[in-house]
Amino acid sequence: MTSPENPRLSREDVAHVADLARLALTDDELDAFTGQLADVLDHAADLDALDLDDVPPMANPFPLVNVLRADEPGNDDVRAEVLAAAPSVEDGRFRVPPVLGEAP
Amino acid sequence: MSVRSTAAAVRAGERSALSVVEEHLAAIDAHEDEIHAFNLVLADESLARAEELDRRIADGGDPGPLAGVPVALKDNLCTRGIDTTCGSRILEGWRPPYDATAVERLAEAGAVVIGKTNCDEFAMGSSTENSAFGPTLNPLDTSRVPGGSSGGSAAAVAAGFAPLALGSDTGGSIRQPAALCGTVGVKPTYGRVSRYGLVAFGSSLDQIGPFAATVEDAALLLEVIGGHDPRDSTSIPEASPDLLGVLGQGVEGLRIGIITELMGGPDRAASVEGIADDVRARVEQAAEALATAGATVEHASVPSTIYGLSAYYLIAPAEASSNLARFDGVRFGLRVDGDTAPEMNTATRTAGFGDEVKRRIMLGTYALSAGYYDAYYGRSQKVRTLIQRDFARAYETFDLLLSPTAPTTAFPVGERTDDPMMMYLADVCTIPSNLAGHPSMSVPFGTGDDGLPVGVQVLAPALDEATMFRAAAVLEGAAP
Repeated sequence: MTSPENPRLSREDVAHVADLARLALTDDELDAFTGQLADVLDHAADLDALDLDDVPPMANPFPLVNVLRADEPGNDDVRAEVLAAAPSVEDGRFRVPPVLGEAP
Repeated sequence: MSVRSTAAAVRAGERSALSVVEEHLAAIDAHEDEIHAFNLVLADESLARAEELDRRIADGGDPGPLAGVPVALKDNLCTRGIDTTCGSRILEGWRPPYDATAVERLAEAGAVVIGKTNCDEFAMGSSTENSAFGPTLNPLDTSRVPGGSSGGSAAAVAAGFAPLALGSDTGGSIRQPAALCGTVGVKPTYGRVSRYGLVAFGSSLDQIGPFAATVEDAALLLEVIGGHDPRDSTSIPEASPDLLGVLGQGVEGLRIGIITELMGGPDRAASVEGIADDVRARVEQAAEALATAGATVEHASVPSTIYGLSAYYLIAPAEASSNLARFDGVRFGLRVDGDTAPEMNTATRTAGFGDEVKRRIMLGTYALSAGYYDAYYGRSQKVRTLIQRDFARAYETFDLLLSPTAPTTAFPVGERTDDPMMMYLADVCTIPSNLAGHPSMSVPFGTGDDGLPVGVQVLAPALDEATMFRAAAVLEGAAP
């Protein structure tokens, strides 16, 4: 059941989602996670038996529509506090390494 | 002494808030080393706060219904200027610039925040073994887990470190640890308590709720934190319910159904697996107690609850994978350097998240990814509709439903850490209420064969916390 060859989920699938989720995995982690995630999908296979064609999906238990707060001016200036909590800032902005790989 | 009596004594000047806080800090000093309920004990801050409350009272002021009462906060509730880690390295040292609404309301009611409690990382787990800061142990038997994810809050109340605590419940994270530690734990109706300032895990499932030693104390705490908040767009636009006023009303004439699908047993084919015999026996005994008190008790069928676990472990990870995308090393918390921004993001998340969080992020990313969305996330959302419909049908016949809170009593530390699926089964009875958005609560009712507490779960339709608390009070009075 925990074999990496589980047809529901391959090692390559897990490597792909790890990449999408910005997580780096070692080979050992990739093996372990593949088996564990396949177990969950195997358990979820019980849903395959259900006929859900005419059932609408539910995203929220109590959908409230047009939720608007009162339009009152305020001054919640937490800019300095927010920036103080950041790992790196410059000129009042968050500083990050180059996005495209070359130093500016 | 009940929380209400403690607060009354403090408000009347008969007892100082300082002495109440000192008493609890002494209990923490004596036993916290064995339990590890807290990530942070706010000793100096809580003493200063108590002195401030005492001064206000001496000056003729009234701090409110929780005057001088220590409250422990799960470490995923934002506290202004105070570390809020979510049990994760990725938020170590982060100090939020604002208080959660529930925390604000505690302050307005005169409560004293005594510390931030340990939890499974980002509330993902059922044993509090997934915290980056080490596990919390069950105060009743330190070889056992306290349950999770709010295990630190449950342990803090069970150990007498605080009479009240707040947790969050996405799939059972308040009720299951309450059951395993022998405390009362409540998941309110979705939208009853503002989620503003609760670090998000599964946004359509998360609710903040109380832990307490008694049903009355839990009622008081829920009254204080509940009610509409314009800062949470899913907050139900209603006032907090009156619970203390109905506690003594009993269950005479109420119709209560035992959920067949959550009771297990060899003669019940269409049930979830793994419900221990000693737990089932206590729930049956609780049902008899309710019948003796005048309720009509019968078996009830809520067929699709058996699919809850499968649907939940696709929906909650999907929402988590989206919510946790914000931890990227840019705006708060940990940053591990990299040559490019994507490399920095990956290095930060790889070092900052523990294994369970990584599992859920990957599972959720998979369930939402192209080609699998309809098969996994889409189908799970439809199952959610089925569960809500089945509950609605059951509530045509019954006022309340009953089940075990957890399939077993507290399990040994380390027993399930290598088998995530086995760990997930601890939530099989609690998950359906989160999927439906309904309130439910765990009430201690005797012990299992191992002498450890069993929790009975009382489930109610949306917004009917009042009836749920009436039954809980009866169970508490009848508990063996």
